This record gives sequence, structure tokens and C-alpha cells, in this order.
Amino acid sequence: MRLSRRADLMLRGLSGLTLLFIYIPLLIIFIYAFNTSRVLEWPPPGFTLQWFSDAITNDGARDAFLLSLKVGALATTLALVLGTLASMAVARYSFFGRETISFLVILPIALPGIVTGVALNATFTEFLDIGLSLFTVVVAHATFCIVVVYNNVVARFRRLSGNLEEASADLGATPWMTFRRVTLPNIRTALVAGGLLAFGLSFDEIIVTTFTAGTGEQTLPLWIFQNFSRPNQLPVVNVVAVLVILISIIPVYLAHRLTRDEGGAAPTGGREGVAAQAEGLTAP
Amino acid sequence: MGRTLAGLFHGRPRLQLGALLAGPVGWLVVGYLGSLAVLLVASFWSLGETTQAVQQTYSLDNFKELLDNDVYRTITLRTVGIAALVTVTDALLALPLAFFMAKVARGRTKGLLVVAVLMPLWSSYLVKVYAWRTILSEDGPLNWVLNPIGLSGPSGNAAVWLVMAYIWLPYMIIPIYAGLERIPDSLLSASEDLGAHPWTTVKRVIWPLVFPAIVAGSIFTFSLTLGDFIAVSLVSKNQFIGTVVYANFTTNPPFAAAFAVVPIVIMIIYLLIARRLGAFEHV
Repeated sequence: MRLSRRADLMLRGLSGLTLLFIYIPLLIIFIYAFNTSRVLEWPPPGFTLQWFSDAITNDGARDAFLLSLKVGALATTLALVLGTLASMAVARYSFFGRETISFLVILPIALPGIVTGVALNATFTEFLDIGLSLFTVVVAHATFCIVVVYNNVVARFRRLSGNLEEASADLGATPWMTFRRVTLPNIRTALVAGGLLAFGLSFDEIIVTTFTAGTGEQTLPLWIFQNFSRPNQLPVVNVVAVLVILISIIPVYLAHRLTRDEGGAAPTGGREGVAAQAEGLTAP
Repeated sequence: MGRTLAGLFHGRPRLQLGALLAGPVGWLVVGYLGSLAVLLVASFWSLGETTQAVQQTYSLDNFKELLDNDVYRTITLRTVGIAALVTVTDALLALPLAFFMAKVARGRTKGLLVVAVLMPLWSSYLVKVYAWRTILSEDGPLNWVLNPIGLSGPSGNAAVWLVMAYIWLPYMIIPIYAGLERIPDSLLSASEDLGAHPWTTVKRVIWPLVFPAIVAGSIFTFSLTLGDFIAVSLVSKNQFIGTVVYANFTTNPPFAAAFAVVPIVIMIIYLLIARRLGAFEHV
């Protein structure tokens, strides 16, 4: 679109300011990670790499990191299975309530985390009377991860025609053989992308986790949150924060690369991508 | 075994569909909606007078307390007010940037810009909260800049507004960007060729097409602010719905459940209004 010189300058100016607003806080965290001081003071008196080795050898942080990997992997696996099943049903069959499925998968992420957290907690502890554990936190994470797998796979199914699968069935393949030899190769990158986004979502989650993780199950976000208020842990928390920024960007970046050739698909992150696809919620 | 199972499903599409849907629909309807139902039921329970144990008898006391007590009314209004303010702020910040990305930048610049905008947006929620707590702290960078000119950084509701607007900004930028990308450039050229001033094109062509995207983004910025208790408790001492639910969660679970029902009701109303707005735009 052609703009007048003044409008163009104004647009550039506003965009530049928003970009600065996005970057400055992250930059400050990076600077603090190298800060020699043990307290938060600005400007930092000097710079050091010492906290990085401290962070890597910190047992609490390492255990929490490994637990987050485990929870993320288990929740992602469940979300992959459930999300793929739901997307196959929606893409390949027509049935009563089909539109409701998209609404249903989005709900756990569209409602405030505290609602999901308190509701699942009440169900686990009061209704089912099972204690909080690794199992409960994985179930909770899988619940809100389904949507990113579902969205990615459903978008892929929309682009693929069902003819290949019909041809395979006509040639005498069993449904399982058709799935493994025809459907799966076609949706593989969408599955990987959805899985990476689901993992990223789980790795970063803290609100639902607070209400569903057993006392012994401290994920990395819970560890960071707990150590916020411990002054002597401050330098290590700064470093862990920087490492978390780097770790949480990688899966989303990979997922973006895997699906960027998808016609018209926006470069969407996990939850934000869901927001981009949430227009259906408001359709008349 | 594989053959007989295949034979069972062959030519029975209802059965195939049932097999596909049983897992996910069971999980979400029985598991998730069921949990929301349990939350609703638990919100009518109460604590025993002397035992302080949860009594599974039904009363409206929790909701009466929420409605009658000024403290909780103020907290609810404060939370909803800030959520609305955050939503408007994010829409105002996101529109120019998303428009620049989608419709002005070209070629390599556009590719680089998209990555430059999205990369930091993808990073961790908790780290962003931490960054702001650091920035807003007494000896932090913001006061270092502002104190010499006789000002100090925001605290209380203003700090919550700022931090929430920062954290949920991606939920607005990405839908708007995606919405703008879907508008074909030829439509804008046509408007220009027919003699429309750029502002007229924005008002009459772009705005109606991008509005549903803004509504979609607003559902998330509004809902996520409504339920936050972590960021909110780290940058402010004020009480919000989330902080009250969290504080009561161990001491008075039925009351926490009742207050958690409030954001659900507000979100249902919000979704209904959003639906109507969307419908209005499509007429």
C-alpha cells in the first residue's frame, strides 16, 4: 500500500518504538546474567561469566530442568495422539457437533490458567481423591497442549485431499496400513511442528502447574518462581532465565521453519498461533 | 488379528468416527468440562465452623460473600478494568507494527522483521515477568533513568497494566498480522485506484476485514490478564481475582472455587459479546 511521506514516517516510528518496547526488557535480563553484583543494582558494576558455571552445576535447577523435559515429553506424546485423532475425525468425516470440536480443544487455553488449574485440582484431590503427582501434572499439561497439535494437523489435512487414502483402501490396504504408509508421511512435518509447539507450551507453563504438580514435582518454571524471592540465588536465576529464553525459542523457531511453506499459514507460535486461529470462536 | 479388526471397521464409517473421537472427546468433555463442573459444585461447599475442614453441603454463602463484600467487588472491578485496559493497549500497540509488517515492508526486510518481532515474543512467560520485576525494582534501570528527572517508575495498578500489556502483546500482534496478510494487496490497490484517500482505505476496507482478528486476539489478552496471579503479585501489592483465588486455595478451597467461577462467567459474557460484534461486522 502506498502511503504519504508523513504517514509512512509515523508508521515506521510507531513500529520502531513497539520493537524497542519488546526488546529492551529481554536485553536487560541478558545484561544482568553477566552482572558481578549479587544484588539487583543498575548499572551493573562489572561483568563475569561465573554465574553460568554456577547455574550449570546447581542441582536444584538441573533436577527441575530434567523434570520439565520429562513432563513436556509425556504431555506432548499424549497431546499428539489425542490431537491427531480429533483432527482426523474433523477433517475426514462430517458429523453432528463437528464445529464444537474446535471450540472444545481451544477452551482449556482460552480460559484463564487459574480456572483450569483450580478445576483440575478440585477434580484430582476432592472428586477422584488421588494425590497430586507427576501423573496429574502431565494430564493437566496434555489438556491444554492438544489444541496446538490439533490446529497444525487439521490445517495440513485441509490441504491434502482424501483421494490418496481412498485409493489405498481400494487397493486393499487395511486402515492401519493406509495410516502408516499414506497418511502419516503426509502429516509428519505438521505432527513434528505441533509436537514442538506443545512441548514449548508445557515447558513454559506455571499457573496450571502450580495447582496440579505434586509437592516433589518441581518443574523449571516452579523452581525459578520459588527462587525469585531468595536473594542469594539471584545471579543463578538471572542465568537460568537467559537459558530459558534460548531454550523456549528453539522449538518454536523449528516449528515455524517446518510449516512456513504451508500456503498462507501465519508464522505462528504456540498459544499466539491459537489466537490467530481463534476467529472461528467469534464467527456468527 | 489386524485383519479381523480391519474387517470390523471396514465399511462402517460411524464406527471409525467413534474410534477416532472417543479418546479426544472423552478427554475434553469428561475430563475437562467435567472438571469445570466439579469446580462449580465445589464452589457451593463451605468450611466447617470449628473443624476448618471442607463440608460437602450446599449453600450460596460463598457467592453472597463475593457480592456483598465491598473488598471482593472492588477486586473484581479492578481486575476486569485492567484486563480491558490491557486489551485496548495491546490493540493500539499491535496495529501499526502488524500493518507495517504485513503491508509496507517488502522482500528481505519483511522476512527479517517478522523474525525480529516474533523471536522475543516466543520467549518464556516467567522470564518476561522476571525481566519486568527487575526493571521496576527500586534500584532498577527504570528508576535509574527516571529518578534524575524527578520521576519514579510505575507501581500498583499502573505496573500491572504495563507488565500485562507487555506479556500478552504477542496474542494481539499475531492474529492481526495474520488477518492483514489475508487481505489481498489488489483490494487495497483497487481502493486507491478508485480515488480513496489512504485513511478511507484503512477505515472502509482494512478495518472491517481486520476487526474479527482483533476480537480474536482480545479474547486472549483479556482472559489471560483476568486470571493472572504470578506477574501481578510480583510487580504490585494490590489484590486481583487471581491472587485472591491463590491465597484462599489452601486455606478455604470452596471460596477459592467460588471466586474462580467469576472469571468463567465474565469470559462467557465476553465471548457472547465478541460473537455479537463479529456477527455485526459480517452483516
